[in-house]
Amino acid sequence: MAETHSPARRPTWREWLTDTEPASRGQARLGRAYLAWRSFTGNPLAMVGLFIVVGLVLVAIFADVLATHSPIAGGDLRTERLKPPSAEFWLGTDHQARDIYSRLVHGSRLTLMVVMLVAVIAMPVGLIVGTVAGYVGGWVDAVLMRVTDIFLAFPRLILALAFVAALGPGIENAIIAIAITSWPPYARIARAETLTIRKSDFIAAVRLQGASTARIIARHVMPLCMSSVIVRVTLDMAGIILIAAGLGFLGLGAQPPSPEWGAMIAAGRQHIIDFWWVATMPGIAIFIVSLGFNLLGDGLRDVLDPKAAK
Amino acid sequence: MALTDTAGGGRTRALLSVSGAFARFAFMVAATIVGLLAVTFFIGRIVPIDPVLAVVGDRAPAHVYARVREEMGLHLPLWQQFWIYVRDVLHGDLGTSVLTSRPVLDDIARYFPATLELATLGTVFGALFGVPLGVLAAVHRGGLVDQVVRVVGLVGYSAPIFWLGLLGLLVFYSQLGWVSGPGRLDVTYEYMLQPVTGMVLIDSALGGDWAVFKNAVSHIALPTALLAFFSMAYISRMTRSFMLNELSQEYILTARVKGVSERRIIWRHALRNAVVPLITVIALSYANLLEGSVLTETVFAWPGLGRYITNSLQNADMSAVLGGTLVIGVVFVAINTVSDLLYRLFDPRTR
Repeated sequence: MAETHSPARRPTWREWLTDTEPASRGQARLGRAYLAWRSFTGNPLAMVGLFIVVGLVLVAIFADVLATHSPIAGGDLRTERLKPPSAEFWLGTDHQARDIYSRLVHGSRLTLMVVMLVAVIAMPVGLIVGTVAGYVGGWVDAVLMRVTDIFLAFPRLILALAFVAALGPGIENAIIAIAITSWPPYARIARAETLTIRKSDFIAAVRLQGASTARIIARHVMPLCMSSVIVRVTLDMAGIILIAAGLGFLGLGAQPPSPEWGAMIAAGRQHIIDFWWVATMPGIAIFIVSLGFNLLGDGLRDVLDPKAAK
Repeated sequence: MALTDTAGGGRTRALLSVSGAFARFAFMVAATIVGLLAVTFFIGRIVPIDPVLAVVGDRAPAHVYARVREEMGLHLPLWQQFWIYVRDVLHGDLGTSVLTSRPVLDDIARYFPATLELATLGTVFGALFGVPLGVLAAVHRGGLVDQVVRVVGLVGYSAPIFWLGLLGLLVFYSQLGWVSGPGRLDVTYEYMLQPVTGMVLIDSALGGDWAVFKNAVSHIALPTALLAFFSMAYISRMTRSFMLNELSQEYILTARVKGVSERRIIWRHALRNAVVPLITVIALSYANLLEGSVLTETVFAWPGLGRYITNSLQNADMSAVLGGTLVIGVVFVAINTVSDLLYRLFDPRTR
């Protein structure tokens, strides 16, 4: 204990990070991130979620290494069709003698792609619509929010279905359709956050310094809305995966022979009574990954948005 | 005297503000419906199939093509086409299904009761189990029920509904034989049923034919249980958080200090206040089940609106798809509107 009093001692990393009087912006930011990380790692369920999501990313990256067979080309149709799980085929084979494990491993790429692209398309749209509506107000707000409400009024899956029906089946169109149905809640949240900060003194100060509306929204309002929107997007990702799988199940998402998990369940559907593993295995994969995103989202919410945590 | 005066004035003012709020409300609902129409109209326009070619075939001479195009109103400006579309829809004309060659509205009227029956039963059972579970989870926080609610919630939010449906068929129909398989009735019973409402349980009960009713129950049990599970996952989780919120309020403390029994505090004081936001949650869950019908009805071969839409989709029958989409959208808006109105009715703070 005596050392702590000696002024010459260099502070440990932990002390530097948790310093109540940070010397620079960088130190303050890192300190906050460190505290958030500590509170996140203190939540075992959130860590399970993080573990699953990181696992998904790793499997997607190393799919070629992890897969034991080709995900597309089947084996011998006479001897290797609809085989139960074994040492050779870890999760069994499907009706075209393809190794289900290898297909699941490669399918993780499709799942990850859907989730990331939907987030990349829908999040900025929601953020821009919400912050502009909230900050500018007046009739702009009225019009933008009405449009948002109309999209919210539509059931998501049905709307995505109708869009895919019009655009034609396929994974790209499924992603576009899901993104179109995803942004409204983000806009709602961003607007609510914007309304709470638009009258703050710091916004007034920036405006007095001559900042344009666009600059205020982009540089000062949006960053403050980010954390709640990110939490919402993470919580939404399980839903996005489920909708994509649902579209795949109905034959409207990724087309055969691509190893999309929902389409794999659809293919195993006719064999469910006699060859249970064909439809069951992809369902387990979807379940685990959605669970991971749900747990991660809950954990992030507890850390980033303590108000909503209760 | 003075007291009644202010009360009277307050009432007039309240009445005025209510009628103003109602006008705004009606306008918002109307705007949403027009928006829905615009979306379905827009989707109908971006279909990469030329509707004229679909009618005349690709061998038709140019003047026939032009005449049909004119007859279909496709030469008019877009806003005029939209106006015609809105007018037709308001007259109940959703087009004709290519697949069944009947008006889409007739088809929907035929298939919708089956969907309604399933979603209603699912929501009723979901609420019946979900609300008490949520209350108990909030009261015994961290206890066994709380853990159950948490796990049910996580599974309900993470598992694909069509996959659980398939597993349910595998276990309870194929392995255990507790329930009947896909469809609404066994084939032998199918023709004994007099369709009145289109809901199989009500129709068989009305006909007084208990053999048919029993068969219908054995068919509807599994899809109902599945929908009820998903509904319960959502309702119990929300009930828990509303109850936790209420139980931390000061009026609960006051009631405790006054010596009100714990049971009365939970079920009479706290739950009564939690019921108001719960109405919205239950309505939302109901709307979600109607939407989820697209997937569940495919799994259980249930002859409802969801399966009608997916069947039409697979046959590129766009007027049927868009008609079904529009009807589900309108029902969605209607449910939300009713739950909003109920909210205003039950929550004195919104008056």
